[in-house]
Order: sequence, then structure tokens, then C-alpha cells
Amino acid sequence: MTIATPDRGRKTFMLNMGPQHPAMHGVVRLMLELEGENIVDVDCEIGYLHRAFEKHAESETWNNVVPWTDRLNYVSPLINNVGYALAVERLAGIEVPERGQYIRVIASEISRVTDHLTCVGASAMELGAFTVFLYLIKAREYLYQLVDNLTGARITTAFTRVGGVKGDLPADFAAKFAEIAVKVREAVAESDKLLTRNRIFMDRVEGTGILSKEDALAYGITGPFLRSTGVPYDVRRAHPYLVYDRFDFEIPVGSTGDNYDRYLCRMAEIEQSLRIVEQALKQIPEGKHSLAPAEMKYAYELEDMGKHGDTELIQKYSAKVDKTLDGMGRETFGDVRAPNRWATLPAKEQTYTNIEGLMNHFELVMWSWGIKIPPSEGYFAVEGGNGELGFHVVADGGDGPYRVRCRPPCLFIMAALPKLLKGSMIADIIPTFGSVNMIAGELDR
Amino acid sequence: MSAPATQGERREIPAADARAGLEALKAEGFNVLVDLTCVDYLAQKRAPRFDVVYRLMKLDAAEGRDLGRVEIHCAADAQPVLRSVRDLWPVADWLEREVWDMFGVGFIDRPDIKRLLMYETFVGHPLRKDYPIAKRQPLIGPKSGEKADSPSFNILKPTVVGE
Repeated sequence: MTIATPDRGRKTFMLNMGPQHPAMHGVVRLMLELEGENIVDVDCEIGYLHRAFEKHAESETWNNVVPWTDRLNYVSPLINNVGYALAVERLAGIEVPERGQYIRVIASEISRVTDHLTCVGASAMELGAFTVFLYLIKAREYLYQLVDNLTGARITTAFTRVGGVKGDLPADFAAKFAEIAVKVREAVAESDKLLTRNRIFMDRVEGTGILSKEDALAYGITGPFLRSTGVPYDVRRAHPYLVYDRFDFEIPVGSTGDNYDRYLCRMAEIEQSLRIVEQALKQIPEGKHSLAPAEMKYAYELEDMGKHGDTELIQKYSAKVDKTLDGMGRETFGDVRAPNRWATLPAKEQTYTNIEGLMNHFELVMWSWGIKIPPSEGYFAVEGGNGELGFHVVADGGDGPYRVRCRPPCLFIMAALPKLLKGSMIADIIPTFGSVNMIAGELDR
Repeated sequence: MSAPATQGERREIPAADARAGLEALKAEGFNVLVDLTCVDYLAQKRAPRFDVVYRLMKLDAAEGRDLGRVEIHCAADAQPVLRSVRDLWPVADWLEREVWDMFGVGFIDRPDIKRLLMYETFVGHPLRKDYPIAKRQPLIGPKSGEKADSPSFNILKPTVVGE
């Protein structure tokens, strides 16, 4: 142990934060050069969660890439699913029916809410507001249950297909959402009361982690982070995809671009996303599934009927399928999936009861058959939880992508992290890093 | 179907002139480097082998409107020909590191290029088409480099082309 010398203030020392650090949610390593508690220099090392998404995508078929996209931003997996599917559909020249587009919007917006709830909740917890974390994560859990009802999984959703979505909305979806929206709004309102005018919270977040508008643009930052600096850029408004031009929603913007503004932007966006889902559920064109459900028969019963030649009888029943195939029956076919038979699976009744449907199904799932997209190249961007989520897809005529490049929005924010932290203090790392909302799955791919 | 607005107009610039072209675009008002990536066309026997893509956007900061995008394609080889643009858009620093890491496409004006996603002792550039997906690295695999027959190896469609 050495006794401090009077000129100790001039000396700097290195501190390693991460890759595993209790205050860093996600694996990332910060190498700090400190002068006392002041940060003189920062170097950031990423890649600890690299899973070779882009490499794997090259050896998969078009639809088999969808489950890989879940793992990109794993708190808003549905937006990744939708972004990838839209990029591929552009190349294939497929348009999804309106009901399918509305379902994609609903799914994306629910995911955006879960993303923002996680970000606000986790960063509040790191600043000591554990109650807020519990409230918001509970609200997120309700939404995950809704996602579970819709897709069959909470996080690994794999919901979209090239040319549509897995299945139609469950029958009671709108009622359930209305119920859950109340609970989410309650949780957000309670958290708002606990945080927004809280002296301790404001001292930590106000005026820290400031990024100017010009720097944000130079670093290619998008999403809530850019909007907090006062630039109202949102892909949903700038380039309305799906049916986003039909909704009335606001784009909350900040003014100073500090952690407090980013917190306020995210809180306001939660409300806007809930509004979009409510409007979408009102506007969504009626699907055939809202008709009285036909009597259900197991697949083998339908097959037996076919073997007995009762072809007329078959038409009266719908297939009873496994829970994971919910919504893929005849009553929803055509509402949520494009009618291009070379790209989308037939309804389950077709597969089970007639040879054309069976062949159609197998031609799509057999190795090296599947969907063939002529050589082409394209980029499509959607608004992800953290900003512009883009997919650059190259097709070479085969049944899978030649190259998939994912433009992860948080990589661009992380590249600016040294700039955000330089000159501040160690304690500021926590709120700043929290508001960056680094999702390692998306950052490292 | 028309190209989406987020894709922008496609332009091709020879790799040697890329820097001048990008500087001109920046002066023209393309203030955001949306993405920088690369595609390896080895399987299609294209020469030069790589296609480096710069994606730029003209963003109106006050209104938040996208005033236009452009997609710059530069055919390049592994030899560094492209000049770094990290002084024009600071984020290019990381994106160039990623392209170097994944494809081994170098950039001049920046001799100290470091891998971004992979670790320093990683051998090869994984997104090249001649990098086998199941290849083991010296750090984690058998030293001889042959395919291990352990159950942890996934059976994958062979992707090796060329060689």
C-alpha cells in the first residue's frame, strides 16, 4: 500500500469494467482510463455474444432464418421477424394481405412496448429504483403472455413467414389486449409517479450522457436516442411500411439529448405504441376466422374420411392441430398469408385431405426445393426498438439467402459510447449505458 | 415491385475513387452513413471478389424527414484500396473494422485496424464464402484443425465454395 502523494490528481489509472459486471446488463467490456473518478478515455470492446447470425443465415432456407432473427433483439423479437420478412418479400415480389399486415403492425408495436419497458425498468433498477423494475417487468410479462397466445412462445417467437405470418390472431385477442393495456398503463403511470419528478433519479439522469444532434447524426444513430436530441426521425413516419400511414400517432422528441430526455421519450413512446395497437385492432379487416368455428377433427380422422371417399364430408370440418400450429387452419388461410402458392404453405386442411395440398406443402419444405427467389439484392428498414433496423438481403436464385446483413441500431449507439462517456464520472456510466439500451444479441449478432 | 425508399438509388464507384465520391456526397448533404457492409461474390466467380456497400441518407434534422438515400457499390479485392472515411462519419471506424473482421477487406489511411466482433487470435475472416461454417479455431478446436466428430458439431449443409 502506498501513501498518496500530493500530485496524485495528475495520475491516471486503468479500470476494466466487464465483460461480466453487475452494472453492465449484457456482455460488453469497457476499458476506462480514470483520473480519480473522472473518465479521461474509454475503449469499448464488443463481440462477446457473437453467434454468427449472418453466416448461419447463408446456410439456411428463406423461412428457416426467421427463428435466428428472434435472437437479434431478444426483447423485441417480433420487430426483427417482421423486418426480415419484409426485406425478403420485397425481393420475392410478394404482398401480404391486409389482415396479415395489420397483424404484423400489432405484433411489432407490442414488441416495441416490451422493449421500452425493459429498457426503462432495467436502467431504473440500476439507479436504485427496484420497485419500478418490478412494476414494469410485470407489465412486460402480461404482454409476453399475449405474445405467447399469439405466437406460441414468449421470446423465441418466429412469427412471420415469407408471405405472411404464422397464423391469425386468437379469437379473444382484442379483448385480452384491452385488459392488458389497462395494466400496462397503470404500471407506466405508477413508474412515472415514482421517477419523473424524483430528485434522486433526476440528479443521476439529468444533464448526463449528453449527445448533440450533430454528433448523433454523424454516428448514424436512430430511434429514441436520436429523437431525444430533437430530431423527429422515425422510419414509421419517414417511410411508412405495412399500414403505418393509417394510424394517428405522435413522435415524442426531446431537446437536450441527455439521459432524462431518453427516459421521457421511451415512456411517451410506450403510450403511442399502445395507441397504434388499439387503432389497428379497430381498423383490422374482418377475417373469416370470426365466423362460427367448424367442428374440429384430427388429421388422421380427415385422412380416413378421404380414404373412404367422403370428400364432401371433409369440407365440413376443420383440422384439429397441435397448439403450436394454431391459426394455420382453413378459416384463416388467405387472410394472413399471401396467395402465392410457390411461397406460402397451404392451410392444414388442404395438406391433410388432398394430394395437391400435400404436394404443395412438401415442395415448400423439402431441402433445396422451397422458395426460389431470382438473383436480386435489396435493403429494407423498419423501426426497431432502438432505431432503424435494416436487412440487406442478397438472393442468388437458390432456396436461401446468399447473404443477409442486419443493420443493428444499437451498434451505432455503442460506437458513440466513448464520446458519451468521456469527461463524465464513473457513476454516470450506469444511467448512460442504461439509456443506450444495448442488446448484445443485436449488437454482436 | 419498386425498390423500397429505404434502399435508395444504386450507384457504382470504382474503389480507388470511392473516397472522393463519398466526400462529394457528404458535401451534397448526405449527412448520415446508414450502413457499411460487404458481400463476397466468390461463389459467382466475380472479379474483383468483394462488393463493399456504403449506404447514405440525407436527413433533415429539423423535420426528421429523409430527403433521399443512395447506395454506393465499390468492387474491391482483399488488398486495401478503399480509403477510410472515418473522418467524414466517425461511425465508419467501427463499420470498417467489422468489414475487415468479417471479410478481410482492408482500408488504407488506417493502419491499426482491429477486429470488431472476433477476438484477436481468430484465424481467417468468417463471412468469406471459402470459410467453412463448421471450421474450428485453434483457440477452441482440435489443434490439427480436422473436423471433430463430437456430438456438439452440428450437421450443416456444406457451404464451402471455391478452393
